[in-house]
Amino acid sequence: MLRYVVRRLLLLIPILFGLSILTFFWVRALPGSPISSLLGERATPQLVAQYKERYGLNEPVYKQYFKQLRAWAHADFGTSTATHRQITYEIKQRFPATMELAIAALIFAIGFGVPLGFFAAKKHGQLFDHASLFLSLIGISIPVFFLAIILKYIFAVRLGWLPTVGRASVLIDTKHPTNFYILDAIFTRDWYALKDALEHLILPAIALGSIPLAIITRITRAAVLDVQNEDYVRTARAKGLAPITVDRRHILRNAMLPISTIIGLQAGLLLSGAVLTETVFAWPGIGSWLRDAIFNRDYPVIQGGIMFVALVFVLVNLLVDISYALINPRIRYS
Amino acid sequence: MRGIALKAVLAAAACAALIVTVGSGGGSKASSTLIFAGASDPTYLDPALASDGETFRVTEQMYEGLVGLKPGTTKIVPKLAIKWKSANRGRTWTFWLRRGVKFHDGTAFNSAAACANFNRWYNWTGPFQDPSATFYYQAIYGGFKHNEVSGLQPSLFRSCAAKGPYKVIVKLRKSSGTFFPSLVIQPFVMQSPTAMKKYGADQGELRNGTFRATGSYAFEHPTGTGPFKFKSWTIGQKVEIVRNDSYWGKKAKLSRVIIQPISDATGRLQALQNHDINAYDLAAPQDIPTLSSNSSLKVIKRPAFNVAYVTIHQGSGPMKELKVRQAAAYGMNRKGVVSQFYFGTGKVANEFLPPSLYGWTDKVQKYPYNPTKAKQLLNSSSCHVPCHVDFWYPTGVSRPYMPDPVRNFQALAASLESSGFSVTPHSAPWRPTYVGKVNEGSAGDLNLIGWTGDYGDPDNFVGTFFNPTTAGAQFGFQNQAIFNLLQRAKNEANFKKRVQLYQKLNIALMKYLPGIPYAHATPALGAEKRVHNLIATPVGGVWFQYATVG
Repeated sequence: MLRYVVRRLLLLIPILFGLSILTFFWVRALPGSPISSLLGERATPQLVAQYKERYGLNEPVYKQYFKQLRAWAHADFGTSTATHRQITYEIKQRFPATMELAIAALIFAIGFGVPLGFFAAKKHGQLFDHASLFLSLIGISIPVFFLAIILKYIFAVRLGWLPTVGRASVLIDTKHPTNFYILDAIFTRDWYALKDALEHLILPAIALGSIPLAIITRITRAAVLDVQNEDYVRTARAKGLAPITVDRRHILRNAMLPISTIIGLQAGLLLSGAVLTETVFAWPGIGSWLRDAIFNRDYPVIQGGIMFVALVFVLVNLLVDISYALINPRIRYS
Repeated sequence: MRGIALKAVLAAAACAALIVTVGSGGGSKASSTLIFAGASDPTYLDPALASDGETFRVTEQMYEGLVGLKPGTTKIVPKLAIKWKSANRGRTWTFWLRRGVKFHDGTAFNSAAACANFNRWYNWTGPFQDPSATFYYQAIYGGFKHNEVSGLQPSLFRSCAAKGPYKVIVKLRKSSGTFFPSLVIQPFVMQSPTAMKKYGADQGELRNGTFRATGSYAFEHPTGTGPFKFKSWTIGQKVEIVRNDSYWGKKAKLSRVIIQPISDATGRLQALQNHDINAYDLAAPQDIPTLSSNSSLKVIKRPAFNVAYVTIHQGSGPMKELKVRQAAAYGMNRKGVVSQFYFGTGKVANEFLPPSLYGWTDKVQKYPYNPTKAKQLLNSSSCHVPCHVDFWYPTGVSRPYMPDPVRNFQALAASLESSGFSVTPHSAPWRPTYVGKVNEGSAGDLNLIGWTGDYGDPDNFVGTFFNPTTAGAQFGFQNQAIFNLLQRAKNEANFKKRVQLYQKLNIALMKYLPGIPYAHATPALGAEKRVHNLIATPVGGVWFQYATVG
């Protein structure tokens, strides 16, 4: 097992190296430059030349790349040209917000997706099953930002049930030692802050969790359908075990293997969905930060932010693979 | 399946909503707190190091300059200086300071504190000499005591001397018309020397070309003399300021103001519709009808401080001839564009200065839409009907002064076509090419562009457009009479004479027609109807001092 983990960790080096090349050159391929963003109408040719000199944009691209690579290797992500804050500081402030949202979205997707997929399989061929297939197709097809806007419009703007923006009411003053608001509220036993944080989390989590919900539902359905026709399930039933015991011990447990894989993959993808969801709900996480950086052509933030998100994505997938190897020993020997 | 999920969620949401409704007690009660949304966080809370409106909106509640602006106008009024006098042709300025004023940390405001601020700016070294740190200081004063960066000019500032506890004399190296008006802007407000020293206001570094303040002053201890004082700043979430009960002037009615960043304009509108916030800045023009039609909301208009104009490039082609430029001016239906595409938030511009700024005059030559006159002018020129012109416009952009450039172009080009011109349209994305082409003078005979003022001085408008360098490149003309007038107005220290010179300059410009101003946009704020006395200033600020909620 240790060998497997070490091998996977070593594989991270070329992956991150490749990512650094892609990120660096992709950012430079974007139309516009940080200079035109910074100067706007003031972008006279003289000023543009001065700024290019200052930001080292006159140097050959490969030199710029190696300079950047050296900085990244020292965990120096640089300073934002727009906010003048260190990127590591911004990540520290914003990453917990994105994590909290992603975890809530995942809980929503698993909490609803697994039971729904299970019951759809149990009602195979019936109206409930067809409806589930149809609705999960819609769930996958609706863009996250569109669903986010619709949810916000109905439940916040029209009905006024839930807040429209942010992570917490700005009227609440509470300490955030971990920057995970739910955890902070629980640790400090501030139940009002907990309620407030949950209210702010509901709509973004539903919007972000909608696609994973649809996928988990479909995979669960397929896995349960597959497993429930296995010989050992028939044997269990023939032994006279209670149906609920058969479902729990023999069907669900065995169906969980593909489901856990897909959940792991979705966990990584939630990070990309967060860009749109966070923008719609003004959620102060990594996603909205990156979106603003792209609009501002804030090179250091785009590069540093994407590298960080990519690193998280790769690490999440590594954890999924390791957990998968733990669940299924055949993996680590293949 | 998804339907069941949705029902479950609806049920959960309904429960949550019940709790919310019971807990919050509705949104119509009077409140001593105002929640205001801007587009982003401030950069720093040390305005000397900032150059963006999001920062200044917050800092102007906490800091004051020697002079300020009358709320809602660009008229200069006493603030921390009660009177002033200039001598030696504007090279020596004497300020008599207000007595009994204290900074939020208890430090007395006096001549020593005032000079400490001037000397702080003048003595900046190292990373603080980078334009990303001290953009406005360099724009007004040129350079520092010891210039360390190539290209910096000698400093305009010579010295600041205390003559007793409440009188300071500021000496400049040369006369400057911009020195005094610039004292109203946030980078030149008075900050507590004690707090700045204690919390490292002058600690900073330059990394990869970007300045970064490293002391805690600019983030946690901003200390001014204003009607509000700093309470907290949670990046990405809010800046909270509270009433300064020791304020020397009229105390604020609100006990606290929370400024929340919401980057998306629709997000700000929806937050207001849901009463999550009480007011917001930078309302999108297309949202004005929504705000106006909501019985609990209103629109607050900010006096125009910008101009959208059509550059006329005289370098080559027909525009060298005055009659052709006049024909273009008469041939553009500017009124139609403003009424159709500014949603009630625009005014037709007849000159390059906005009406709220001194130097503006109604006596300029006007060019109302008149296709017949335009054709007559063309036929009497060397460019007969149809006179061919290349007209450029930007894509992928919306500017405060030009919310919809493509439609502006279409309407202006259509009216030109009806007035004897044959328009060849050209477009380029705003980034990266359009602005560069306009500035270097390669964007056709005509192009759409504009400007939002940085500070309340005419030089920030006409001085930016028509200094010899810009005039030559962007507009393709050299007119020594105009350049001389501009320079005289800029250096004139006597305010009355300065106003007259700018008025004269505007009259000259609109006769010479280097461009065709067509709109001043009045940016709007959205607010609940129960918010009163929230004053939007032309230069981008918002006054919370007199505001009430409920």
